[in-house]
Amino acid sequence: MSNSSAGQRQSNVGIVIVSHSPLVARGAADMVRQMVGDGVPLAWAGGNAEGGLGTHVAGIQAAIETAWSEAGVAIFVDLGGAETNSEMAAELLGPARAGRIVVCNAPLVEGAVVAAAEASGGSSLAKVVATAEELSP
Amino acid sequence: MQLDAEDISALIVLCRAEIDRHGEHLGLLDSAIGDGDHGTNMRRGLNAVFTERETIAALPLPAALERIGLVLVMSIGGAAGPLYGTLLMELGRGLAPDANAAAFVATLEQAIAAVARRGRAGPGDKTLLDVLYPVQAAMLERSAPERIADCALSAARSTEAMQARRGRAAFLGARSVGHEDPGASSCALLAATICGYFAERRPS
Repeated sequence: MSNSSAGQRQSNVGIVIVSHSPLVARGAADMVRQMVGDGVPLAWAGGNAEGGLGTHVAGIQAAIETAWSEAGVAIFVDLGGAETNSEMAAELLGPARAGRIVVCNAPLVEGAVVAAAEASGGSSLAKVVATAEELSP
Repeated sequence: MQLDAEDISALIVLCRAEIDRHGEHLGLLDSAIGDGDHGTNMRRGLNAVFTERETIAALPLPAALERIGLVLVMSIGGAAGPLYGTLLMELGRGLAPDANAAAFVATLEQAIAAVARRGRAGPGDKTLLDVLYPVQAAMLERSAPERIADCALSAARSTEAMQARRGRAAFLGARSVGHEDPGASSCALLAATICGYFAERRPS
């Protein structure tokens, strides 16, 4: 399951939120939108193919497509399977795009909000990721 | 490893039946140390491969393996999807169409290494790798299929004593000890099924 709310400025780094729970993913995306505005492409993927708890590659791929930006995409994940599936989804999009997708080592909610704020100012993918990853212990 | 369309199709049918037969048990194992969906996820994955079996079986073995891997990635979900998917996709990518048994074993080693990188896990972490490593070692020794199957099943049982360091089970720490790892279990069932086929069709 994924939802889209693509931003108006596709030149900014995109943000993707991936959680085992569709509610968590959607809620975090909603929080980003309310706090940061619509200056960044944003999408979420949550739940398995049947809508239950879990993550699945096709949903994550769809979210990356939705939030795609030539500047790249930063992905925020909750538990291990979300990370593994996000990496797989990125690789399956081909090396050209995979090279501009980073699965961040940062808390899901705080990371996504901080990254989106950084991205909305036009920062590079490296800078967006670094800002979010500063939150990691 | 000259497998024709009939072999590939038969192996898909057998693997799907085996996972279906043990789906509930895999779910119970996963309930003990994970989130309980391994049986459901594996059934979904093998059913998706089964649905495509005629198309897949018509491909040369490397392409068939790669396609099976992709179907598993897209259908299993969770952590098992990318792990099984990586194993088969890497195996398919690395295998020449006319590869002999030795080349197959060497490529399998590369594919297992890719699974370890994907899951950031190694030996003794209580994952499917604890079945894959001994299976690969037994193949390297050119063991008989029956022997490799036994090795896979006993390797899965041996994960019971391990403490999980990767995946959801790692959150349980010491409480993960005493339960067989569901990923190791499904992996052993599949390996034993494949070996069983070779034992019957192609005695070595």
